[in-house]
Amino acid sequence: MKQSASLPRTILAPVLLGVLAVALWQLAVVALEIKPFVLPSPVSIATEFSSSVSSVWTSSLVTGANALIGLLIGAIVGIIAAIIATVLPITDELSAPLVAAASVIPIVALAPVLYTMFGADKETARQLVAALAVFIPVYLNTLRGLRQARPVHRDLMRAYGASSWQATRAVTLPGAVPFLFIGLRIASSLAVISALIGEYFGGPIGGLGKSITSAAASSNYSLAYAYVLGAIILGLVFYVVTLGLEKLVSPHRAPSTGP
Amino acid sequence: MSTEPAASGHAVAQGQPVASARPAAVSVAGVGKVFASRKGTDVTALEAVDLTIAPGEFVSLIGPSGCGKSTLLRLIADLDTPTSGSIEVFGKTARQARIDQAYGIAFQQAGLLPWRTVRANIELPLELHKVGKADRAARSSELLALVGLSDFADKYPDQLSGGMQQRVAIARSLAESPGLLLMDEPFGALDEMTRERMQTELVRICAETGAAVVFVTHSIPEAVFLSNRVVVMSPRPGRIRDVIAVDLGRAEGRDEGLREADSFFEAVVAVRESLHGESAGAPAARGVDIR
Repeated sequence: MKQSASLPRTILAPVLLGVLAVALWQLAVVALEIKPFVLPSPVSIATEFSSSVSSVWTSSLVTGANALIGLLIGAIVGIIAAIIATVLPITDELSAPLVAAASVIPIVALAPVLYTMFGADKETARQLVAALAVFIPVYLNTLRGLRQARPVHRDLMRAYGASSWQATRAVTLPGAVPFLFIGLRIASSLAVISALIGEYFGGPIGGLGKSITSAAASSNYSLAYAYVLGAIILGLVFYVVTLGLEKLVSPHRAPSTGP
Repeated sequence: MSTEPAASGHAVAQGQPVASARPAAVSVAGVGKVFASRKGTDVTALEAVDLTIAPGEFVSLIGPSGCGKSTLLRLIADLDTPTSGSIEVFGKTARQARIDQAYGIAFQQAGLLPWRTVRANIELPLELHKVGKADRAARSSELLALVGLSDFADKYPDQLSGGMQQRVAIARSLAESPGLLLMDEPFGALDEMTRERMQTELVRICAETGAAVVFVTHSIPEAVFLSNRVVVMSPRPGRIRDVIAVDLGRAEGRDEGLREADSFFEAVVAVRESLHGESAGAPAARGVDIR
């Protein structure tokens, strides 16, 4: 109800701002005669994007597939690891320094090493980079969610004489879902970024990252920006799909609210 | 209402004999509870507590903060174990009674599961105990009607007010038709208006279900309005100071008018004086709500 009332504000205002910014950009490029290698105009990027939309699409599919595989592997491993760490706290204590280390190093820095491990003609290295980047936020948030059981719920489960498996299924697992989705939302964008940046360090051509570098290397700057636009759209698609999934699965589970 | 507790007057209910063949709803004998703290200084929460509650009897536990009234309730519920003494619920050990679901329980926080609808929350204990789907639905419909929330069956807790959530929690505690209800300040977080309405409703529900109730509260009027007996406790270590019989007539007759009756005020005064005790106005009564 409230959302529809503020619809002009939440949708129209940012759209207007965006249009204004693009118009100013176009104006600046034309008026100041900015060279294309410094900054191409929005019109030339749009023209290039529409004329090469099929190659942007195929590149997006390659990078998107890597990101999706990475996202799935990283998420599944992250969830399983979080469950193990909850059941056996010792594993959490043992792995804490490792997780801390993994969360501060830029995972893409591993890409060159992984290309050597798995072969430069394979997509495996990129998928692994994405999976590693995804693992950290999914693992940490799920773990937090699994430990979130409120004392009143624990007391209730004991009062009902529920077995520990029953308590896990009725309270702990559903309670962790909103936290899992917080992790997934962060991870969805990370997966795309990592898969794309991973391409800069080698491996087969065909993805968005490689296309951006090769277009820039051949001085086709408008085309490079067209691929960048494709990358932005791909990242948004991942984020929005995750968000939609969250709304679909848990409409009443916002972790901050509820009794 | 049994007249036996009323006859005991202000006497401490030590080892009160239960005349009937039915075992007492709750029988607490010589119970003490010591919490061992990490610094090595043990905290005695309860000491030598004796209390017998008859089936169908409504007993309130009242006392200042830290007098161990919630601890006593948790011991009866077998959420904690006593350091000494024994507790029986319907003639069984507290542990067995918990496993057999001899009691229903409600806390100050409603503790509803936010991802379940109102109906599914009420059905939770039935679901955990493998009650069939059709029976669950029938029982939850009954309980929804009992707490006046039939129109909200498919809503989620976050769509309900605090008072409504607490009503759902009470319906849930009644799901398995327990002979004993344990309530730990269930109305503590509600505003005064809602609170009085809930008290009236609770009296009606108890009359309809015939369950015995152990009710922990900070509020003297609340204790007096609801109870057959008010157990006044003193802190450090938690002990029963007094047991005051409240004779306000049968539950069915308790309505809003009672709150302004002389007998109500007399009972309130009696509980108040007992709370302030020998050391009138002393710290003993701190934290007690005497609205």
